[in-house]
Amino acid sequence: MFDLDPWTLLTIVALGCITVITRGFFFLSDKPWTLPHWAQRGLQYAPIAALAAVVVPEIVMAQGELVRTWQDARLFAAAAGGAWFYWRRGVLGTIVAGMLVYLPLRIGLGW
Amino acid sequence: MFYLREHRQRAEFWEGVRDQGTVAMGIGAWGLMTGVAMVKSGLSVLEALLMTLIVYAGSAQLAAVPMIAAGAPLWVILTAAFCVNLRFVVFSAHLRPYLMHLPRWQRLVSGYVTGDLSYVFFARRFPKPGQSPDELARQQAYLMGNCAVNYIAWMVASVVGIVLANAIPTEWGLGFAGILALLGVLSSLASSPLRIVSAGVAGAAAVVAWALPLKLNILVAIASAVAICLVLEKAMPHRPAAGAPHV
Repeated sequence: MFDLDPWTLLTIVALGCITVITRGFFFLSDKPWTLPHWAQRGLQYAPIAALAAVVVPEIVMAQGELVRTWQDARLFAAAAGGAWFYWRRGVLGTIVAGMLVYLPLRIGLGW
Repeated sequence: MFYLREHRQRAEFWEGVRDQGTVAMGIGAWGLMTGVAMVKSGLSVLEALLMTLIVYAGSAQLAAVPMIAAGAPLWVILTAAFCVNLRFVVFSAHLRPYLMHLPRWQRLVSGYVTGDLSYVFFARRFPKPGQSPDELARQQAYLMGNCAVNYIAWMVASVVGIVLANAIPTEWGLGFAGILALLGVLSSLASSPLRIVSAGVAGAAAVVAWALPLKLNILVAIASAVAICLVLEKAMPHRPAAGAPHV
């Protein structure tokens, strides 16, 4: 339970460095430098693209393929969460409404 | 960074705390399941705790743990984590003008604590970098308010998940609350037609490119969505990019 393999510890510390390097990649240099204009324009589409790229596969895919059945709790939960947001505009409500649909279907019906 | 008093004294810090508070439950559920998954994939409790505290990047942790358990070479594990984290490189390019007034170590610490949702909330709240030192400091305070909630919700939940790993059944799929949180934030960003196009293209591309290793499908999705939106923006010069001041 409390074993600590030295090699694993080294790996963990190195992974922490990867976090710092990737999250601060463009903060490393002090040299004055700005993004080209097209890239600045393009970045306004990046946040929503990043979220969609993470979210959509988690909702419509299972074991590396599109789900082939409608009996999947995630589809209904996402629909419920989306409907809540459209109605009330709250992120917390989106989570709660989605989980209220998700958990009964998942635990109760095994979807 | 978020523990600094100069941030906490500003109203923007607490605005960030409130905003990130709306997704804290989703982040917590996600952290919980990440903690559970690390222990179930073969790390000891101590190793999982250290990884949570040091690495602080859920998707990279989940990618790395099975490789560690399988005894993969260090460079393979680090390359994989770098690729999984590539979206943060894009985010850092976006955040650079907001943070360059800080000394390097503060920039790096700020970057280290800025996860996906802190970045997204920040970019939504402040479309343009501040023009004066005071404005930049207020923006920084907002970012750190977000990061504080994100950090605490993630860490507490991860530690609970690690300690209770064998009591929480993974079949319940509690981590889906994290996806719902992202879905809510995604919906709140869909403020212009091109933004909606961006989400649609990225979602479809991420599914199509799913077979790529190391979650590179996410990078492909961001790149294709941004490229298509830039082309569409050029093609419709008279409709000023869907209302201009959005980010």
